[in-house]
Amino acid sequence: MEGLRFTLRDTPPEAAALRARVRDFLDEAGRDWTPEVRARSWMGFDRAFSRAVGAEGWIGMGWPTAYGGHARSAMERLVVLEEMLAAGAPVGAHWIGDRQSGPLILRLGTEEQRRRILPGIASGALAFCIGLSEPDSGSDLASLRTKAERVPGGWRLNGRKIWTTFGHLCDYMIALVRTSPAPEGAAKHKGLSQLLVDLRSSGITIRPIRELTGDATFNEITFDDVLLPEDALIGREGAGWAQATSELAFERSGPDRILSSYPLLAEGVTALAGDTAAAEPLGREVARLWTLRRMSLAVAGMLEDGEDPLRQAALVKDLGNSFEQALPGNLRRLIDTDAMPEGMRRMHAYLTMLATTFSLRGGTREIMRGIIAKELGLR
Amino acid sequence: MSEDLSAILQEQVARALTDATDVATLRALETGAFPQAAWDALEPLGLALALVPEEAGGAGLSLEDAAGLFLLLGQHAAPLPLAEGMGAALLLAAAGLPVPEGVLTFAAAGEAVPWGRHAAHVVLVDGGRVSLHPAGIATPGENIGREPRDALAPGPALEEGALPARFGAEARGLTALIRSAQMAGALQAALALAVDYANTRVQFGRPIGRFQAIQQQLALFAAEAAAASVAARSAARAADRRGLADAGFEIGCAKITAGEAAGTCAAIAHQVFAAIGVTEEHALHHLTRRLWSWREEGGTERFWAQRIGAAAQARGGAALWPDITARDEEFLI
Repeated sequence: MEGLRFTLRDTPPEAAALRARVRDFLDEAGRDWTPEVRARSWMGFDRAFSRAVGAEGWIGMGWPTAYGGHARSAMERLVVLEEMLAAGAPVGAHWIGDRQSGPLILRLGTEEQRRRILPGIASGALAFCIGLSEPDSGSDLASLRTKAERVPGGWRLNGRKIWTTFGHLCDYMIALVRTSPAPEGAAKHKGLSQLLVDLRSSGITIRPIRELTGDATFNEITFDDVLLPEDALIGREGAGWAQATSELAFERSGPDRILSSYPLLAEGVTALAGDTAAAEPLGREVARLWTLRRMSLAVAGMLEDGEDPLRQAALVKDLGNSFEQALPGNLRRLIDTDAMPEGMRRMHAYLTMLATTFSLRGGTREIMRGIIAKELGLR
Repeated sequence: MSEDLSAILQEQVARALTDATDVATLRALETGAFPQAAWDALEPLGLALALVPEEAGGAGLSLEDAAGLFLLLGQHAAPLPLAEGMGAALLLAAAGLPVPEGVLTFAAAGEAVPWGRHAAHVVLVDGGRVSLHPAGIATPGENIGREPRDALAPGPALEEGALPARFGAEARGLTALIRSAQMAGALQAALALAVDYANTRVQFGRPIGRFQAIQQQLALFAAEAAAASVAARSAARAADRRGLADAGFEIGCAKITAGEAAGTCAAIAHQVFAAIGVTEEHALHHLTRRLWSWREEGGTERFWAQRIGAAAQARGGAALWPDITARDEEFLI
């Protein structure tokens, strides 16, 4: 069970001053955000806001300055992230690039790819989406069928990706695709590669999918003989599975798995001021939040120290999702929705719908628990 | 105490607990017998003075390191008042009082005394005052873990002193911290038992641990147990920095987290073991009955949540997040 050990970590000495700067920035930038914008948080896409965040030096914070980064620590980056989420900032246009795509290119990309792409992400100009799920491949991701064949000068891409958040608004996708046939037997993780796809390439059809919230953040993206240049390959051909899964600890342990409905909790604490019966249930929410944040800090510290806390990340995601998902329901036990102040009521209504996705995105609850069970030595 | 020495102490205590305590010891304790052999094995390791500052002749262990020891004691359902003795010595030293030899425990004045009948001395905390008494006559009582929780008629005070402000006026925070860490340890032990059983108990032709229904429940157990451990150790770290009194928020959060985990996980453990787990001869209930008991001591989840929630309400929602982050960072400015 070594994979379930947590080493405690605190935010660094620079944190307090940085936090104060981010808060001042968000007070100013967020003056006109509606309750729905705050409820969407990292599911909100606002390029102008992302460019402003980039101008502050808060995207790609840990990357070398040569690539537009700011050579700051992972823990300083965490301070910025949690402030953004606590404020319900619409960070969706840069979230994926900062969290996943940029770090992947930094780690495995060629020098040319780094110089071409990373400064654009760091400035908030380039938006990325994730090309993993397909119509017939969700939790069983390795069964994916989108394929790229080598052709003179590059790759020819055919297939379909689905549930690509903001695919219709993004500049690039990093897609996991099959570049050689699946071998017989169980080794279907082999033969997969990650490709950088310019979403303006010809042969790409992007169909928005409207969700139950009324928004259309999801997309189905079809690739029909899309020609990609040679250097679309990220990392090593055939190593796509290992590359994609090594990102997961970064994807799963962050404050975005804990704070998705935080703005609603803050509203609830204010709305329930003086309600003595609400003190105890609110105290339980606060205690849970504090514990989850301590766990998330621990995983961030372990990542910074070069450990591979993939299992701990799955564990924090599972607990964090359950917390943020239960919050709207827990609050309506304390106050009738009709009695909620206008802003809280609207936030509550939106999060009631959105919260269903919290234990789906980034890997379902059942997949997270399967990872933990395996680490326990079951199966 | 250096990190290395602390690690060595951890290892020694772990080994001694493994060697000196088993289910038979736990059963004997429930008939009123003091596990003298276990005491003789553990006592020389020097836990009694572990939390006493070095300048007062102790080992100067931090509360964070001590939390690791409390966790171990919980893991083994240690049938000895070792955590209580460490806490009592910490209180005495804080008030500038000497620590007596022999079995020592502490309690809030007027409350049941853990292990009172077996103690030579008891430390009582009353409104910021600390006093040391001969334990005197005990009227036996117990929690549902069947650990001694006795009413004492202690002898007259041998020593008296005042707790410094950073300790606060009550013993509850220290008890809550100890019980939170013990619960985290007991959860780890119960999880290990349940996983082992799931991998060996065969039904429908395969180990029940192969069934996803069981896997998912044990994964939740592991997550809750990890949360309890992180919370207890983080609270101890906060108490090292700010003092027990000002770490009330963190200690309360840890007690709530551990207490909730205790309820959730004990239920899962018993569900995995089914009928065999509720038999007297089985080891599991020595852990689960302690988990249920320790939730009640040093303030229940309800007690702490009420306090933390009311404080948050008084501060208002806009202050909630800044308050949580500032608690960690005001030391850094």
